[in-house]
Amino acid sequence: MQLRVDQVDKSFGTGRNRKLVLDGISFSVNTGEFVALVGSSGSGKSTIMRLVAGLDRPTAGVISIDGSPVRGPGSDRGMVFQKYSLYPWLTAAQNVAFGMELQGLNRREIRERTSYFLEVVGLADAARRLPRELSGGMQQRVAIARALAAQPRVLLLDEPFGALDLQIRESMQEFMHDLWQRTGLTALLITHDLEEALLLAGEVHILAPNPGRIVRTVAVELDRSDLRHLRVSRGFLDLREDLAQCLRGLDGQLSPAP
Amino acid sequence: MARLRQLIQHPWVLGLTGVLVVLLIWTVATSLKLVDPLFLPSPAAVLAAGRSQVAQGLLWADLVASVGRVLGGFALSAVVALPLGIAMGTSTVINRLLEPLMGLIRYMPAPAFIPLLIIYFGLGELPKILLIFIGTLFFNTLMIMDAVKFVPRELVETALTLGGRTSQVLLRVITPCIAPQVIDAYRINMAAAWNLVIVAELVAATEGLGRRISLAQRFLRTDEIFLGLIVIGLIGLVIDLGFRLVMRRACAWAN
Repeated sequence: MQLRVDQVDKSFGTGRNRKLVLDGISFSVNTGEFVALVGSSGSGKSTIMRLVAGLDRPTAGVISIDGSPVRGPGSDRGMVFQKYSLYPWLTAAQNVAFGMELQGLNRREIRERTSYFLEVVGLADAARRLPRELSGGMQQRVAIARALAAQPRVLLLDEPFGALDLQIRESMQEFMHDLWQRTGLTALLITHDLEEALLLAGEVHILAPNPGRIVRTVAVELDRSDLRHLRVSRGFLDLREDLAQCLRGLDGQLSPAP
Repeated sequence: MARLRQLIQHPWVLGLTGVLVVLLIWTVATSLKLVDPLFLPSPAAVLAAGRSQVAQGLLWADLVASVGRVLGGFALSAVVALPLGIAMGTSTVINRLLEPLMGLIRYMPAPAFIPLLIIYFGLGELPKILLIFIGTLFFNTLMIMDAVKFVPRELVETALTLGGRTSQVLLRVITPCIAPQVIDAYRINMAAAWNLVIVAELVAATEGLGRRISLAQRFLRTDEIFLGLIVIGLIGLVIDLGFRLVMRRACAWAN
């Protein structure tokens, strides 16, 4: 499988109010890869995700999966939103089963896959609880399980841990890395958190704002056997600082001259 | 002291106290003959009027007639408003087409349609049911439309990225999501249905609670007027509690 984003522009509004949000975005994600896009607000990163998901259309350029262009949302691209995406009237298990039900899988298969994916995200015990009875981190794990259960070819993660407390965020990052290793999933992550991107992704694209464009691409080759250790290791911190400076420089262009 | 506080904190205690206080003032005022009994009959007189109406079978017949009209007209309105409201909330085209029209008709007082309805349909049940239908349809529809507009975008988009079709989004995301607001809209607009049935019966009817009140006025039977008012209030209360019960049972997730 290959997801290709090729020379994509996106602008909103018309005439004088026309605003270019994305300018010539190109990158690709292959089976088994974990790719991250990092940028501050205004870099259009969520817009990229909506385009890939098929929820919006690019103004120019092509997004394709294995050569066939994306024309709308579909179950081959599973999306995990930042928050509020669980159905509050369904239990955790019913939420996980939801996508499979929409696709018309048979009951037995749905039941088996639901308990399997709840197990995968470590929430077998919470199967019968409603979303409001779950913590923020648990809710996001249910959302991830729901997306995975629908068998997407690529998982789209739109700031999936952005609304969580720092500590929970760290454990969710470890969970996500572990999940990626265990299941061999393919993922595209969007985040403003450089550390998160470097911990999880093999390839990180840095986005500049106004209009959003990729200014730097880094292949991240780090020893990820122990993420806690990695967070404070020399090589990791140097790389993070290097890229953080790059991001700061991009934001600096925005601020008015003194 | 602590016990008393605990008692007061029970949700029903203070509400019941309010009712009892009014009842007490009413009893005292009438037994001391502070007010002419023609204007303010005693609770005992109202109770007696009630007994006599029950004995004659009038109260039951009136009740059935009024409740039947309210339920008939309101059920019709609820059934039409649900798909209409969802359509207006989800489709820009339908919304632009209908919202100005509804905004206009909504401000026409429903009772003003009574003369027209009588000309069209005579004095039978149909014009009364239609009056309630007209008087509640637009409020029901617009409240449902608003509920649809507040369905979080993420819930709809998640269904789409899970492979959901439009019909599945309507039935399995939007409908369950707005259920609490729909039940609440029905509960609130039911009060308007009761207003309208009484108005309709005041104008033209052979039986019904409103009809009984207007007859009582002709014979200066204030005790019967009070009886009618109290019965109408009690039925409204029962219906309101019924909707709350349905809400608590069916939409536990929203509480």
